Amino acid sequence: MKDTTKNTNKVLLSMEHLNFSFNIQRGVVKAVRDLSLTIREGETLTLVGESGCGKSVTAHAINQLNPMPPGEVVSGSINFKGRDLLTLPMHEIEALRGTQISMIFQEPMTALNPVFTIGSQIADVFMTHQKISKQEGLKRAVHLLDLVKIPSPETRVHSYPHQLSGGMRQRAMIAMALASPEPGLMIADEPTTALDVTIQAQILDLLNDLKSKVNMSILLITHDMGVVAEMADRVAVMYAGRKVEEADVFSIFEEPRHPYTLGLLNSLPSNQKYKGARRLEAIDGTVPDLLTIGEGCPFCNRCTFALPICSKEFPGETVITEEHSVWCHNHKAVEEIIAK
Amino acid sequence: MSEHTQLELLEIQEPGPWRETWYNLKKNRGAMTGLGIIIFFILLALFAPLVAPQDPLDQLIEARKIPPMTDGYILGTDDLGRDMLSRLIYGARISMVIGIVSVGISLFFGLIIGVVSAYYGGILDKIVMRVIDIMLAFPYILLTIVIVSILGPSLTNAMIAIGISQVPKYARLVRASVLAEKENDYVIAERALGASNLELMFRTILPNCLSATIVQTTLGVGEAILSSAGLSFLGLGAQPPTPEWGLMIASSKEFITNAWWIVTLPGIAILLAVLGFNLFGDGLRDILDPKMRS
Repeated sequence: MKDTTKNTNKVLLSMEHLNFSFNIQRGVVKAVRDLSLTIREGETLTLVGESGCGKSVTAHAINQLNPMPPGEVVSGSINFKGRDLLTLPMHEIEALRGTQISMIFQEPMTALNPVFTIGSQIADVFMTHQKISKQEGLKRAVHLLDLVKIPSPETRVHSYPHQLSGGMRQRAMIAMALASPEPGLMIADEPTTALDVTIQAQILDLLNDLKSKVNMSILLITHDMGVVAEMADRVAVMYAGRKVEEADVFSIFEEPRHPYTLGLLNSLPSNQKYKGARRLEAIDGTVPDLLTIGEGCPFCNRCTFALPICSKEFPGETVITEEHSVWCHNHKAVEEIIAK
Repeated sequence: MSEHTQLELLEIQEPGPWRETWYNLKKNRGAMTGLGIIIFFILLALFAPLVAPQDPLDQLIEARKIPPMTDGYILGTDDLGRDMLSRLIYGARISMVIGIVSVGISLFFGLIIGVVSAYYGGILDKIVMRVIDIMLAFPYILLTIVIVSILGPSLTNAMIAIGISQVPKYARLVRASVLAEKENDYVIAERALGASNLELMFRTILPNCLSATIVQTTLGVGEAILSSAGLSFLGLGAQPPTPEWGLMIASSKEFITNAWWIVTLPGIAILLAVLGFNLFGDGLRDILDPKMRS
């Protein structure tokens, strides 16, 4: 963890009460419900949650990569530098993609075009946004590959994706995402999930390093609390399409107030209470089917702190400190557990 | 890093895609034979005036139906005393042009229709595919004949007809590969980095779909040569006295009992040319389709 002096920079992106659904044959999947997020300039916000809880849909909603239909923005707004992305015409969204909003994808194995060299793919991103020659694009590609610490970048620009290892491909992807003229926001959708731990650490260091160099904000999506600890300034915990807790990174690890956050932390092997223990503690059950979810708290069927009211209505926001909010009927009980 | 000893790295030259294909091609005998035949015919076509001993249209009434290897006529003469060898060499020129132009026509429209239809999908895709289905419901030769009848019989129109009648085949092939390819992450990734629809269709997705199309194109050239010979044989393609192989067979079929070479040699030429393209196409399929690689 690193120091988080409170970030008072300008707000870069603010998502207000976003509701995003998929209308499929069996019904309406409410993938994201009433989600509000803010990302300030130079800040790293991580979205944490298990698979299928709406993290990627949220990220894709920002630069509108969700397939529509079946996807549909039911309500809400996403303000980016003073403009509502959800009402902008498509060609303006296209102009933002890759210039001010870049994206790194989860699967380095499939997210690079197999028939072009990585150099020409990076050069293409440059050439999409600026009037430069292929030669100049390739020269800048070499520079970027060097920046993401790919060894001997001059020869590697001419490599095809299948000639690179997973870690190198992920770096090449990052280089591609950096090929934007004014990176404001970098959306990193599980950038290290497919990599082994040593490479993971290198990639995360690299992202942190780049963030300070080019002053961009990062929206990092992950299910790995270790990555959160390494990267985050602030953390939003999502469960089944809802935000259940949001706080600065210290509060999340030291004073979690939501039973789900507590569960996530308890299932970490590095947790103090596992000294000498033989088994990790898991959260029982699975995420409910988003099709059949009602108005209650989606976590209530797995929650050890559940009250009768939990299955009937979703709790309102409880502000704990200025930077820390939780959505739970029984957060007091969690607080007592933590205090012990 | 500075405290560690720097690892000595070897320079590795990775083969490019062209060199890799060529390397695999060299090992495939059928493909190499096919390629040899194709190059042979292309050279004949290019240098026809230099190679041909006589003008293919020059008639010499005294020298009619001379058998091969006599009086200095290597392949004999036809019923009007024209040198068979020269006619066959000029015929190669016509056949190559027909093959390439008509396949070019089918490929051009097939690619555009297939890519756009698959990429946008929905109602557009449904309409386009039903039209293609209707075209495929006609027997291929019938469709070609219908188009030639509308345009009028000539070599140019035969090329256009063959080209159009083959469009559905290419459109379907390309559509199928684009459908499979467009769901890949790299397409979303490039869209996320600002690529427009046009770039995504033709710069990102299409190059990934080309291997099947290249094979089909090569086989298609052979097929087009065969079709044009067929059309000319029926009197709907090249008109006399053009030295077109199919037409040469048609106009000399009554001599099959007394002057076999006049009708047989053009047939062998067609056979060889089509065989060359088919062998090469099959070989390419083995090389370009990773599932067929051993």
